[in-house]
Amino acid sequence: MAEPWDAGSSGSMHALAPEVPSPIVPSGSIAGRALTAVIAILTFLAALTTGAMMMVVGSASDWQSDVSREVTIQVRPVSGRDIDADVRAAIDIAQGTAGIAQVRAFTKQESAQLIEPWLGSGLVLSDLPIPRMIVVKLLSGARPDFAAMGKTLAAKVPSATLDDHRGWIARMRAMAETAVAIGAAILALVLAVTVLSVTFATRGAMATNQAIVEVLHYVGATDSFIAKQFQRHFLLLGLKGGAIGGGAAIALFGLIEAINVWLLGTPGGDEAAALFGSFSVGIPGYIAILVLIVLMAVATALTSRRTVNQTLDRIERE
Amino acid sequence: MIRFENVGLRYGLGPEILRDLSFSIDRHSFQFLTGPSGAGKTSLLRMMFLLLRPTRGLITMFDRDTATIDKDRRAALRRRIGIVFQDFRLLDHLTTYENVSLPLRVLGKDEASYRHEVVELLHWVGLGERMGALPPVLSGGEKQRAAIARAVIARPQLLLADEPTGNVDPNLGQRLLRLFIELYKSGTSVVIATHDIALMDEYDARRLVLHEGRLHVYD
Repeated sequence: MAEPWDAGSSGSMHALAPEVPSPIVPSGSIAGRALTAVIAILTFLAALTTGAMMMVVGSASDWQSDVSREVTIQVRPVSGRDIDADVRAAIDIAQGTAGIAQVRAFTKQESAQLIEPWLGSGLVLSDLPIPRMIVVKLLSGARPDFAAMGKTLAAKVPSATLDDHRGWIARMRAMAETAVAIGAAILALVLAVTVLSVTFATRGAMATNQAIVEVLHYVGATDSFIAKQFQRHFLLLGLKGGAIGGGAAIALFGLIEAINVWLLGTPGGDEAAALFGSFSVGIPGYIAILVLIVLMAVATALTSRRTVNQTLDRIERE
Repeated sequence: MIRFENVGLRYGLGPEILRDLSFSIDRHSFQFLTGPSGAGKTSLLRMMFLLLRPTRGLITMFDRDTATIDKDRRAALRRRIGIVFQDFRLLDHLTTYENVSLPLRVLGKDEASYRHEVVELLHWVGLGERMGALPPVLSGGEKQRAAIARAVIARPQLLLADEPTGNVDPNLGQRLLRLFIELYKSGTSVVIATHDIALMDEYDARRLVLHEGRLHVYD
């Protein structure tokens, strides 16, 4: 075909076609930094929430496991009764129940030491009527009949009380469930804020790139193709923000664990461990944070795609 | 190829700006669409390009009723039509080569498969030396040639041009007209919307004249 345009050129290709085509939607046209920061902060908060939830649930589970592995029998001193004989009788009843691994009665001195934090040291406790504690450890997996043991104790050792810790376990379970519910609510809020932020950012990006969207329409691009151009950017933004926020949370948990390990053996460290359990999210916690990073990126990408499609639908209807 | 039957168009609740349009654009045809400014040429072109829906009447495109097709089908039909605008509508962040190859990229084709074709077309329209240039550094004539190349790279069956010579000097306008004629001769149907009488006098072709909302056809 004859060239209709005589540009006088030699036909040489001085300006060659680019090796790597430029992105159709330029990344500079999308307010990337602000959105990355928002997603980083939200991921950080979500990761902290997830880690805290896992620590609470883990600690509650550990406590529950410890507490449910033993029961206590308290023998009160009653006027007219020989407390040592009552203790021996209670031990016999406990040892006679199926599923019991070990029965150990605290000595009088040990029982006194238990209440020393409340009464203070330096007090002569030998003359005080101090209850005696009997710790009954269960066989692993066993379910002794505490109802029957309780009845037998009530009949033969009226001054004895059996505490199977069910009340404490129920409270711990309720506390853990409440913590999980609060954590889940916080995560839902974080997700909602992420969706809203990305929706606004996407609308802004589309408004900024309106000329590009129009030209893509003119050359016959489908809505799916157009959405993919924006989705790619937002997926990368989401990954970047998620990695920053999640990475910061992982670093923080790692630092707390390191401090915790460093403080172990010190009085403060031991008390904290006794009160709060282990400050460790463990491998499952770190994996959960990594999953969260990916989820935030995916949520960002899907939200932007949905927003683009909705905007294109609106343009099509006009 | 395109058939309008009793098509009318109004914006909002206002009077009809186009009414009772009945005409067809045949395969391998060349026509000018003309009329005074504000007559509705651009609106008519937008309806032909499926960017605007008529308020009444039937538009059939490639034997399909445009009122019944979905979005993806509409995009597929647009790929059979090329469009050139008075203000070029090139993307400033893409090179001339990238602008022209955009319709092929949108189709998902591998760059290596269409590189030769795009380069050949750019040479054909006299932009072989400007492939790597960005639109802001191109002259008006170069931009319009790039826009025309982009409109035809995917070998559309129909080319619509909305005042393609409106932003260039008369000499360049004549050269662009010759380009359109060459495209017509190679098998593309062409509709050029213009109010430039001198341009239309350069080539004897069918004229669709808009006047007071109605279309008159002069073969």
